[in-house]
Amino acid sequence: MTRYLLRRIVETLAVLLLLSACVYAVFYVLPGDPARLICGKICLPDQLTAIHQKLGLDQPLWEQYLHFLQGLVAGRDYSSGPSVNHCPAPCLGYSFQTDQPVTGLLLDRLPVSLSLTLGAAVLWLVIGVGTGLVSGLRPGSLADRALTAVALAGTATPVFVLGLVLLLVFCVYLAWLPFPGYVPLTEDPVAWAQNLLLPWLTLALTTAVVYSRLTRTTLLEILAEDHIRTLRAYGVPERRIIGRHALRGTLTPIITLFGLHVGTVLGSTVLTESLFGLPGLGKLLIDAVNTIDVPVVVGATLLSGFAIVVGNTLADLLYHFADPRVHLT
Amino acid sequence: MRHYRVGLAIVAALVLIALTAPLLTALEGQDATGFHPELVNSALGGLPNGALGGISADHWLGVEPGTGRDIFARIVYGAQVSLGVAIGATVVQVLIGTTVGLAAGMGGRLADGLLTRGIDLMMALPELIFAIALLVIVPAGFPRPLLLAGVIGVFGWGGTARLVRAQTLSLRTRDYVAAARLAGAGRVRVARREILPGVVAPVLTYAALLLPGNIVSEAGLSFLGIGVRPPTPSWGQMLSNASVWFRSDPMYVIIPAAAIFLAVLAFTLLGDGVRKAANPRTTGAAS
Repeated sequence: MTRYLLRRIVETLAVLLLLSACVYAVFYVLPGDPARLICGKICLPDQLTAIHQKLGLDQPLWEQYLHFLQGLVAGRDYSSGPSVNHCPAPCLGYSFQTDQPVTGLLLDRLPVSLSLTLGAAVLWLVIGVGTGLVSGLRPGSLADRALTAVALAGTATPVFVLGLVLLLVFCVYLAWLPFPGYVPLTEDPVAWAQNLLLPWLTLALTTAVVYSRLTRTTLLEILAEDHIRTLRAYGVPERRIIGRHALRGTLTPIITLFGLHVGTVLGSTVLTESLFGLPGLGKLLIDAVNTIDVPVVVGATLLSGFAIVVGNTLADLLYHFADPRVHLT
Repeated sequence: MRHYRVGLAIVAALVLIALTAPLLTALEGQDATGFHPELVNSALGGLPNGALGGISADHWLGVEPGTGRDIFARIVYGAQVSLGVAIGATVVQVLIGTTVGLAAGMGGRLADGLLTRGIDLMMALPELIFAIALLVIVPAGFPRPLLLAGVIGVFGWGGTARLVRAQTLSLRTRDYVAAARLAGAGRVRVARREILPGVVAPVLTYAALLLPGNIVSEAGLSFLGIGVRPPTPSWGQMLSNASVWFRSDPMYVIIPAAAIFLAVLAFTLLGDGVRKAANPRTTGAAS
């Protein structure tokens, strides 16, 4: 187990390193002059030279990338003559447009995206697995057929379409909810949940569809297996068969999917956040794209890549606990 | 199997609408980019005159709040962008995926290992975020629909590559491939003449399933304001504008939302039908 863990951690680190090199290469090599991009739409000549100096663009590329890595581990200083901008330990770069380290900018937005993602994740697991079990236990029933139709409609509804329709229904026609804003959890938990309800539902319902289908399919497969037939032959109550034996088997694929989703959800929050005006990581990325703030774009891209890789690794580890037949070697 | 016919009918209708967009707008007597300030009420902040977002005999789906542009014309021209970009992106995905998958499947152990790792990395990338990021660094003069198709395609070929690699690995052990080898055919010739034909059918099936996802990607990028540039209309962009107006002019939300929903649903049904026709055994429990 310890050996497996160590190997997985080394592998994960290698993938992250490769990922960062790719992202770095794409953004700092491809466009003609990175300083001009970093400088933004309105750029004065002396600003440009200052950025040139700060970034050390006269150095060869691999050296620049090493500096970037060094900043990631130990922090670095961006200096041009009199002014020195310090960028502390996990330094993902420096946003010259907002005059702040990228790491700080990302960390400021993280609570919003986490609130959105975690709340939605709880909802989509409950809704997805719940409806999947209802369909899977009574295949062909009215409930199953209705859920299948709903799931089909759900796959055809992108986040931004569902979000707008929910806004229209709950904020305009029924007027049950105020137009969502963002209230930090620490300030007012009730307002926090009330404001996030629609974003949660939007993200959760579009994701739950996949879980519902997966749970249904897996459950049907497991219920057809030999060990379930044996249990039935022994006269074990159906409730116990499903609760203790069948449900456990459905967990493994759900965990895989969940690990994948929690990673990619950072990507799908871009749409949810910009629709509901939530000031999270996705909104930060879009704003950075619109102002061509390249260091922030690179930082956010790297962070979302990290989330996916780490999510996958965690899912692999969780297998072992869900299904002891899976040996971690 | 009935479902796929419904899908096919809607897809055919959408393609026809996209192809005959200039004709349809001429029939309506409107155009997609003309401003009609006389059709909106400036005292109400630019809301269209008349009920249901200004739907009338002249403007079949009403007019845009603020500008008074004809919504029917914009939806019809938007279909060109939506379908065009989605199909273009699918072509890019299939071309790259097939090439990489074939190379991995036919290559030696080293090439296969490297390419497979590359495919895994590709599939681990957050597509949407990378697409967004890449759209920043491309110069503004580049034709937008082409760029969108390219970007969506470049980040979405992992699945196709995996499929082609698996298919290639199984095909290359067949007797007829061994026969071709013995007859002196080189690796490239075997790949092109013997393996490729056997890969076409599963790839086309898979492509049919990729298409609805690509429609969603285009609409999403346009919704975020980094897709096609105005005045070119696109459904996602209309929805993005509508998100400002949804309280006062709900029709402006409902029409592009319905268009996206219908297109994605139709292509999903069609893709499912193609998959089931190609692989009749999976009709049961698999969804």
